[in-house]
Amino acid sequence: MAYPYTHPKEVRLLSKYFGDPEARTLKGWEERGGYQALRKALGTPREEIVNTVKASGLRGRGGAGFPTGMKWGFMPKKVPGTPHYLICNADESEPGTFKDRELMRWTPHALIEGCVIGAYAINAEHAYIYIRGEFFEAAQVMARAIEEAYAAGYLGKDIQGSGVDIDLTLHLGAGAYICGEETGLLNSLEGRRGEPRVKPPYPAIAGAFGKPTAVNNVESLIAAAHIVQNGADWYKQWGTEKSVGTKLFCVSGHVKRPGNYEVPLGFNFKEFIYDVCGGTPDGRPIKAVIPGGSSVPILTADELDIGMDYEAMAAAGTMLGCGSVIVMDDTTNIVKQVRRMVDFYAHESCGQCTPCREGTAWAAKILRRMEGGRGVADDIDTLLAISENMSGRTICVLSDAAAAPITSSIEKFRADYEALMAPEPGLVGAGLTGAAHGSIR
Amino acid sequence: MAEETRAAVETVHITIDGMELDVPKGTRILDAAAMAGSDVPHYCYHPGLTAPAQCRMCLVEIEKVPKLQPACVATVADGNVIHTQSAKALEARKGVLEFYLVNHPLDCPVCDQSGECKLQDYTSAEGRAIGRSLEPKRVLGRDDFGGDVTFYADRCVMCTRCVRFMREVAQDERLTVVQRGHRAVIDTFFDEGLDGNIWADNIVDICPVGALVSKDFLHKARAWDLDRTPSICPNCTQGCNVRLETRDNQVQRIKPRPNPEVNSHWMCDYGRLNYEWINRGARIEAPLVRGADGTLQAVSWSDALTKLAAALQSSTGDSRAVVSPFMANEDIGLLRRVIDSTGGGGGVYRCQTGEEVVLPGFPTLALRTDRAANVHGAELFGFARAGGADGRGGLEAAAGHTGALWVLGDELADAPEGFGSAASVFVYVGHFLSPAARNAHFVLPATTFAEMEGTFTNVQKRVQRFWPALQAPGMSRPAWQILGVLLAGIGEAAPVATAADAFASLGGVRPEFAAIAWGDLGQAGVPLGSFAEAGD
Repeated sequence: MAYPYTHPKEVRLLSKYFGDPEARTLKGWEERGGYQALRKALGTPREEIVNTVKASGLRGRGGAGFPTGMKWGFMPKKVPGTPHYLICNADESEPGTFKDRELMRWTPHALIEGCVIGAYAINAEHAYIYIRGEFFEAAQVMARAIEEAYAAGYLGKDIQGSGVDIDLTLHLGAGAYICGEETGLLNSLEGRRGEPRVKPPYPAIAGAFGKPTAVNNVESLIAAAHIVQNGADWYKQWGTEKSVGTKLFCVSGHVKRPGNYEVPLGFNFKEFIYDVCGGTPDGRPIKAVIPGGSSVPILTADELDIGMDYEAMAAAGTMLGCGSVIVMDDTTNIVKQVRRMVDFYAHESCGQCTPCREGTAWAAKILRRMEGGRGVADDIDTLLAISENMSGRTICVLSDAAAAPITSSIEKFRADYEALMAPEPGLVGAGLTGAAHGSIR
Repeated sequence: MAEETRAAVETVHITIDGMELDVPKGTRILDAAAMAGSDVPHYCYHPGLTAPAQCRMCLVEIEKVPKLQPACVATVADGNVIHTQSAKALEARKGVLEFYLVNHPLDCPVCDQSGECKLQDYTSAEGRAIGRSLEPKRVLGRDDFGGDVTFYADRCVMCTRCVRFMREVAQDERLTVVQRGHRAVIDTFFDEGLDGNIWADNIVDICPVGALVSKDFLHKARAWDLDRTPSICPNCTQGCNVRLETRDNQVQRIKPRPNPEVNSHWMCDYGRLNYEWINRGARIEAPLVRGADGTLQAVSWSDALTKLAAALQSSTGDSRAVVSPFMANEDIGLLRRVIDSTGGGGGVYRCQTGEEVVLPGFPTLALRTDRAANVHGAELFGFARAGGADGRGGLEAAAGHTGALWVLGDELADAPEGFGSAASVFVYVGHFLSPAARNAHFVLPATTFAEMEGTFTNVQKRVQRFWPALQAPGMSRPAWQILGVLLAGIGEAAPVATAADAFASLGGVRPEFAAIAWGDLGQAGVPLGSFAEAGD
């Protein structure tokens, strides 16, 4: 069996060379048809590339699903003397996500191609890969590949005699989830605190260093390279009408075969978990599944018979996100899992906005107390009120992301919470619980 | 001209809380709401700083816009229907206020900010009656930030106004946010903290809560016990607009008052903390006249001024004067009139000087070289600088003068022995009975700027009013009143009854003053010469 696990139902476009160490080298990449997309792109008018990507319907793979071609189309007309920037967001930090890391570990040259094509399309002279600080190995692989690409003339001045100059810089983050938010990333890249910016202005108008900037996910850029090479119609053979193409899904938790799987969008979620990933390790029933990373609402085992695409997930009240599937079987304590997620958000909140700074930490404290069996009757209502006050009221969506698992888990697994509520009679008698000890207020 | 400019500004038609109005395009919703009479609560926004829109207090509802919008950065668009008090907006503010109190120590009874605290105000106006948090509070404690500033970390609402002031206005980054999320806290970079930056106390003013407090003012007075009087900082020629905040007839602190032409929202620590001299006691409390036995006798004002008028009429030769640049335009101008009508003469003023320190983010404002408010007034009325940088010396000509000798406000602490003993008439109009003042034939108790109405002329030649903040001691009177009555007594002018009369009479000495009406001065002042220029 190849790269940890593969499955015949997969359509491996981007992940084709996962587990193939030779694909990492320039020579190996060229032998596998590498850099053909780059050559083709640099011989094509910029607008045509943008139009092709637009026509393919490719949607951003970083989580929000915003059409990539449209994002490039927002870039202003090039004014000589005003630099444009392409930023590849490789700060993959969403709990449960590990697709970009693998893309960079195994196919670094694919990302370089994607960056050059993207930068060329938006008239940028300089592209940055902002890579998560903890990705030591991926960063080493990328750095080596960038060196090779410069030496072979795929980067730098006059790329392959096309007259196009594009530089690529690898920038390591310093360990903050919020720097995956595109404007937080831009601040971090500029050497400021990683705090999301107030929008508008959007990055297309004032992004990195105040100049027009497009920020794209690793997977989006590599997919765009495939589209440029093979055409929009080719890409449209996979997926649904509105969710086009293939997507990498990162599966973790209680499954027999965790890992990355590339399937067409719209693939049946139930089939994916039970067949592609092999179901739970010892056949226990599934209790809950998080379909798109810790920021999205949780699904129950009964809600899995849906397509893995943006629309079907939205119809089920959740989000495809960045395709990070976390499977939990019936041994899972949902409150503990939610507490761990909320702890994460409390730790990662940048602290600018009051609702997020205070709300995440407060909710985490309540959940921790409940987890310890010291819940009181009002806790569930308080958690819901905190979540409500955290949603839609802040500069970025980290706050909403922290609230989503709380509200959806209370809605769907209220019994798990209520089970932690009944205080032990002995504690009540001793006046040691919140409920009995009125003066705590 | 002004009409044309107004017509050129593009306006949009909006509705705020039911009131329809036209406001210039690009107006912040927060400012537009203020025009409509609605106060939108906010913490991080300050008109003198950039707006990070991070406190999330100023969220308002705009019809047809799905999310609440921050009024501090969102600008008005034509046809906006904005609700600052809708259920949705109120609910959001209530939520934010509750979040603030999750870790706030609620130590209002011992907090210096209590009574002028925005967290207190907004919570009492719009917050929940009872907080829902049962969790232990985060405790950070306090920190000495250096200079005059102490930081109570637990009271902080993380609005970052202080960080932005130091970065954007003082342009001396001494503060930063360290850590992130709920662990985020304001801190200094190095041990010296704010030490050595003379603008640092402004962060105490702009801190909306009791997190940054002044060591000088700490636990001295409760905000609600203070009386606040608009005034002008007397400590340099900048003439920062200030409030004298008083209790028990003592200045407790000086706070800046916004004036975009002079000091924006700011003032320096030198001016702010240099107020003890205003509170100095042991003042002259009654007019004193040298009697036949050679000793000073307390007399009534009418006796003193009648005798002085007679003495002046029999005096010969020119007059000399030593005036203090802490005295008002009206005081100095009326002395000039008295001198001019009793044979003329000249005089000096003495002023301490120091290094000029400009505020980089608002370079109109600086701690000026001349450390007294009315140096320019003294110059305008024909007095010349004498003495050294320490404000001493330069009294030689006056000391042995044989004609009439006037001293106005100058304490003469360094005067040579026998100062004024050769003078035909030596009149001391001032505050303290120093040894040199005891040589005077007439000692007339005057009020300080803090005890009377009057004006100063600042470094920009801007005439600015101040108001009485303290009760004057004993029988002391404004010097302009003393000199005005005297002037009427020697038959030269109509009596001066009010500060407005005194100001109006300045036009006779310097025509620039004639162009300004007392009523036009308002609280912001008027530049000298601006009316003449407008007429050109």
